[in-house]
Amino acid sequence: MAELEAAPDTARELLFGDEWEYAPAPQSADHVRLADRYGSFIDGEFREADDYFPSINPATEETIAEVGLANEAVVDDAVHAARNAYESTWRDLPGKERAKYIYRIGRMIKEKSREFAVLESMDGGKPIRESRDMDIPLVAAHFFHYAGWADKLEYALPGPGRPRSLGVCGQIIPWNFPLLMAAWKLAPALATGNTVVLKPAETTPLTAIKLAEVIQEAGLPPGVVNIVHGAGEVGSAIVEHPDVDKVAFTGSTEVGKHIQKQLAGSKKRLTLELGGKGANILFEDAPIDQAVKGIVDGIYFNQGHVCCAGSRLLVQESVAEEVTQKLRDRLSTLRVGHPLDKNTDIGAINSKQQLEKIRRLVDIGEQEGADKFQPECDLPENGFWFPPTFFTNVTQSHRIAQEEIFGPVLSVTTFRTPEEAVERANNTEYGLAAGIWSDKGSKLFSISQALKSGVIWGNTYNKFDPASPFGGYKESGFGREGGKHGLLPYLEHPSQSWQPQTPTNGSPSTKPESSTSVEASPEPKADGT
Amino acid sequence: MQQRPRTADYRPPQVPSVDEVAAKERASRLASRSIKQEAKVEGLLRLITMLDLTTLEGADTPGKVTSLCQKARTPDPDRDYPSVGAVCVYPPMVPVAREHVAGTDINVASVASYFPSGQAALDERVEEVERVRDAGADEIDVVINRNAFLSGEYGRVHREVSALAEASGDAHLKVILETGELATYDAVRLASRIAMDAGADFIKTSTGKVKPAATMPVTLVMLEAIRDFYRETGRKVGMKPAGGIRKAKPALRYLVLVKETLGDDWLTPERFRIGASSLLNDLLIQLEKERTGRYHSKRYLSLG
Repeated sequence: MAELEAAPDTARELLFGDEWEYAPAPQSADHVRLADRYGSFIDGEFREADDYFPSINPATEETIAEVGLANEAVVDDAVHAARNAYESTWRDLPGKERAKYIYRIGRMIKEKSREFAVLESMDGGKPIRESRDMDIPLVAAHFFHYAGWADKLEYALPGPGRPRSLGVCGQIIPWNFPLLMAAWKLAPALATGNTVVLKPAETTPLTAIKLAEVIQEAGLPPGVVNIVHGAGEVGSAIVEHPDVDKVAFTGSTEVGKHIQKQLAGSKKRLTLELGGKGANILFEDAPIDQAVKGIVDGIYFNQGHVCCAGSRLLVQESVAEEVTQKLRDRLSTLRVGHPLDKNTDIGAINSKQQLEKIRRLVDIGEQEGADKFQPECDLPENGFWFPPTFFTNVTQSHRIAQEEIFGPVLSVTTFRTPEEAVERANNTEYGLAAGIWSDKGSKLFSISQALKSGVIWGNTYNKFDPASPFGGYKESGFGREGGKHGLLPYLEHPSQSWQPQTPTNGSPSTKPESSTSVEASPEPKADGT
Repeated sequence: MQQRPRTADYRPPQVPSVDEVAAKERASRLASRSIKQEAKVEGLLRLITMLDLTTLEGADTPGKVTSLCQKARTPDPDRDYPSVGAVCVYPPMVPVAREHVAGTDINVASVASYFPSGQAALDERVEEVERVRDAGADEIDVVINRNAFLSGEYGRVHREVSALAEASGDAHLKVILETGELATYDAVRLASRIAMDAGADFIKTSTGKVKPAATMPVTLVMLEAIRDFYRETGRKVGMKPAGGIRKAKPALRYLVLVKETLGDDWLTPERFRIGASSLLNDLLIQLEKERTGRYHSKRYLSLG
């Protein structure tokens, strides 16, 4: 063999420099058709508004389009339209017919998927690779999935009496997955026969507007879906409107708590999908290189603007050094840049406000004595950017280990025993998502049983499927979205209030008498069990 | 040269396990990199210099090898493109190749050690390596004993590769794992480590005689093994995917794998090669397309 190296390289560093740089590979935005301004979408029509606000591209800070600001009167119109549509058509339409509309919407989204993906990246700052390969395909998949449920509700929820729709649903969604969250909310609501007033986030309203155009084109009866725009006041108007039967909210824990207070004492149903501080637990027997990939996908996906992001890495002591070394290598190859470049891994931070919050918390992390790692990267001059970052020497009581940063910032702590890992993973006010990395199947199952978390991934992270329920424990909210579980929050199900009758006269042979709950169901089963 | 463990008491080190699903995901993510314009031209030119232009047929003749060497020196007579990294031939063709690449930077690579099966006594395999070394091969591509590896005789694999490495002398030793017969990524990872421990200068996926030959995930797993070995020992081992890489586009993807796994120091013919027979003409077609904006017919290209 040849004596190629004069002496072994003692530094043993890998150099990820500019040898063979990739040329820009911009995705064309030519096929995005957009008017200068859009109003609210009510009763199947776009309405003019009194005031408009700009929706900007966070990568350039340029205005993409102006959007009509709703107010109480507009929200009232939207709720009325939804109520009328509910009572006049949608409620009584057979499930099979509802399914056709939902399926058609899914098909049309697939047909226009490129336009949706590009617009999603322009409006929200996420890399085109993610909007193209994750967001939009999942949006279509959610509509297809729930189209399938629309005529099978009785089979999904067997028992005495048919499940019934609730009425008008007020749905408020966040800016991190604008169109995907709209799909998570709309698809089950429509499948179960409810009508909707939807409010997208004020920084990312544009794909919902395009969705309204699809809904119009799909011929959905006017008023079944209404979309209003604005910030917190508009959301509040929806929540407080007396004719809304159900509120579904995805967003911050702070706002979620506020909504829950607003609704206290009312008979409106509520589901909340709130913040998280997901723990990724990495055991020494894990497939290390793939685990590092999973950690990176877990926290740097969508700039870390993910409620289920794996923002805490708990790594077993014996492999901690190797894992942080590999993390440094991987971060050095992540490409931060324009969201429409096909090679971009990390796009723009969604808004100036969010960027400031990330900066503040990262500063606090440094002040509290944690060690920060950031790769060198050239950030564009305009727009909102934050390089991928991780902290080592973090303790459980550091604020960066407790608070949801909602940015590309990971905190790394080590553990020695599985018990310690579980204790730390659960030591949070949140309970949305967690990941476990181990080559031992038995360990995956035993640890997942011990974690208080709505979603747990084994040897993977941030995998979504319309058939899989998603939702949290503790201050991460309640209610589930996705799959059969995702139908329940939108249905009045007689069996929920139905209890097997305990004979009161002591005689086991006495048949239960008819109860109020059975009366409440329109079609009690003949055998009366 | 760092000290290698003595073969007598060699125990294969523990290597991390590989999750198949995630390894494939990572490889396909890297395959989605978009390589355009000047990056594409630069990548294509680099690939020419990283090419082991290969002919390994039973029907090879001195005339065919002569023609291959001519193509290796001037891939396109009308353009000023670089020459390839090496020509790769069977042992009897080494003198012919040696003669026709004389005076150039092109290396002569020969397969040896009873390629492609390795089914012979160690003495015979070592002897063949010595013969091609003495005939003037700059690089020697040997195969591991898959029987020994799959039956768990890791010490024996290490001992044999060490002997082949010893026999190769100053020539560069490329150790072929034949990943298509190893079946799992865990096995590929372990075999990579054993070959590097035993003194491989390069590790190579395949002979090209077994399917599947080189794949993106297998190459990724081997590159990760190279990275871990470098971190541990400071020695930079090269990588050679071979077999089934016929088009420029997948070849560029292999280059992306190298760039984002091992970094700049491996983006050189000293540490990265692709073994292929028909890839060169596709690289030329793509270069011509970047130059003129049009694809031209294959009839303008000479055979290898």
